[in-house]
Amino acid sequence: MMTTEDLKRVAIDSRKALLTMIHRAGGGHTGGSLSSLDILVALYCRVMRYRPDEPDHPDRDRFVLSKGHSVEGYYSVLARVGLLPEWELDTYGSFATRLYGHPTMSVPGVEAPTGALGHGLSIGVGMALAGVIDRASYRVYVLMGDGEQAEGSVWEAAMSASHYRLHNLTAIIDYNKLQISGDVDSVMTISSLRDRWTAFGWDVVEIDGNDMDQIVPALDERRSAGLPPKLVIAHTRKGRGVSFMESNPIWHHRVPTDAELATAIDELDAARATTGSPQRHEERVG
Amino acid sequence: MSGASGKSCRHAFTAALLDAARADRRILAVTSDAKGSVTLGEFEKQLPRQFIETGIAEQNAVGIAAGLARSGKRVFVCGPACFYSARAFEQVKNDVAYAGADVKIVGVSGGVSYGALGSTHHSLHDIAAYRAIPGLAVILPSDRHQTRQATAFLAGYDRPAYVRLGRAPVPDVYEEGSDCFTFGRANTIRDGGDCAIIATGEAVFHAVAAADRLSTRGIRATVMDIPCIKPLDGDAILDAARRTGAVITVEEHSVHGGLGAAVAELVSQHCPTRMRIIGFPDEYAPAGSSAELFAHYGLTGERIAEQASGLLEDAHDRGVKR
Repeated sequence: MMTTEDLKRVAIDSRKALLTMIHRAGGGHTGGSLSSLDILVALYCRVMRYRPDEPDHPDRDRFVLSKGHSVEGYYSVLARVGLLPEWELDTYGSFATRLYGHPTMSVPGVEAPTGALGHGLSIGVGMALAGVIDRASYRVYVLMGDGEQAEGSVWEAAMSASHYRLHNLTAIIDYNKLQISGDVDSVMTISSLRDRWTAFGWDVVEIDGNDMDQIVPALDERRSAGLPPKLVIAHTRKGRGVSFMESNPIWHHRVPTDAELATAIDELDAARATTGSPQRHEERVG
Repeated sequence: MSGASGKSCRHAFTAALLDAARADRRILAVTSDAKGSVTLGEFEKQLPRQFIETGIAEQNAVGIAAGLARSGKRVFVCGPACFYSARAFEQVKNDVAYAGADVKIVGVSGGVSYGALGSTHHSLHDIAAYRAIPGLAVILPSDRHQTRQATAFLAGYDRPAYVRLGRAPVPDVYEEGSDCFTFGRANTIRDGGDCAIIATGEAVFHAVAAADRLSTRGIRATVMDIPCIKPLDGDAILDAARRTGAVITVEEHSVHGGLGAAVAELVSQHCPTRMRIIGFPDEYAPAGSSAELFAHYGLTGERIAEQASGLLEDAHDRGVKR
């Protein structure tokens, strides 16, 4: 099992990989991929049980990237854990690659073709409901954006998850406070998220979503039947990990120049020099 | 046409679904406060663990269905066609069709079934919308027998599909026990060389009635039932166009983008043929029952027969002038 220190190093490597992908492709969602990356690393390298060589195993824990635009971080983590060949990341942005700018079913490990916002939680509800019907032990995770909270379908799904007491469902909000047009609350007020989700019948916790020491325990909870679904409000910073990208809305989908990429990689290498080297992710299921 | 006799397609659907779900526990019915209008009451009573209620939330119902399918279930999402072809359209496009999910969307009370409730409750656009979505089968049964056979087929089919059913009882097009549904195939109900009346769904009965009227005037019409708009039986349609040289399409749908458009796309490119497209014009229908609206817009045996005669006369006139 990877230690928290290992996970932090993987997260740095994955940040380098995703920035390189976006730079090479000439397009991508830089800020949101960076803000949500630590959560993805924690899920795929520590929390979730699955077999990289058998991505459709019926007992697998399931993950839905409802904020499908954070795809570069997602691909870099899928490659890190062996669901996707590492070399394939180089095809991002090239004609007819299976690595579209939003996840598709042609990518191993992807559970739903997301990208239209407000869809992922309903899909997660369906998976968790099937788990309850079949008395299966798998867990379901759904990662949403903060701007995505304005989609009405999110709340349809939230209502149904607590109605069905989906203890096996954990939703996460990547609360980076920025969306394409600016501050989330200036676009549409979503503050008091905790109250809103609590009122919808969910157990809510708030964490620093870029702190591995807080992410792992918040997500790695096996909840017993009868408990309501759980929401993790992950306070993050858009562009996290690269000083000049952090909390700056222009990095929503800006592409780094050669010089910016070099500076970013230098920063990430400097951060990486402070911990030991990670082991390969072990295969764990059931 | 009124009441809830056993001859409506929705009753045939739920009876067939119940049979299939008893035999295959992976089959689930999902509905959005529409178990009454779908007639799923008996299904819920007999198979409560295979019945899922989402409340009035069609988008969520389709998303949940996609998630259930991703966990090994075969899901029939059932509710009014007007909502499942519009409000939940994006979930059907992405979560179901793009994902290739094992989900069937069953829109009941389709077309103008809801009559005087008005255009909020009509689905005269569903064929147009859904036939533009890759990977989604589009099925409109014409009577209870075909509905039962189509449902039995879908219970063993692992790909996405949209099915539209009407609300009221409809006269039988087929005889009990006849083999009337093969996926992707048209059924030639009458064979005649003068013109081809190609129809789908609950308009097929009226196409047959039109052919009967034409035969009394010595005009022999082919009547073709198209239960599958997608995949479309292009060979059968082109063959009918070649044999008759005059095609009339009939559907409970907008004249834009439906069966008529599908047939026109085909014949205009491969066998240019004179056509008339009979359906609902580009306007919101007046208040009226389903039967009154069919009559108002000419979807009756008599009016379809007139259109067919008119098409043949036009052709004759043009032939003389040449």
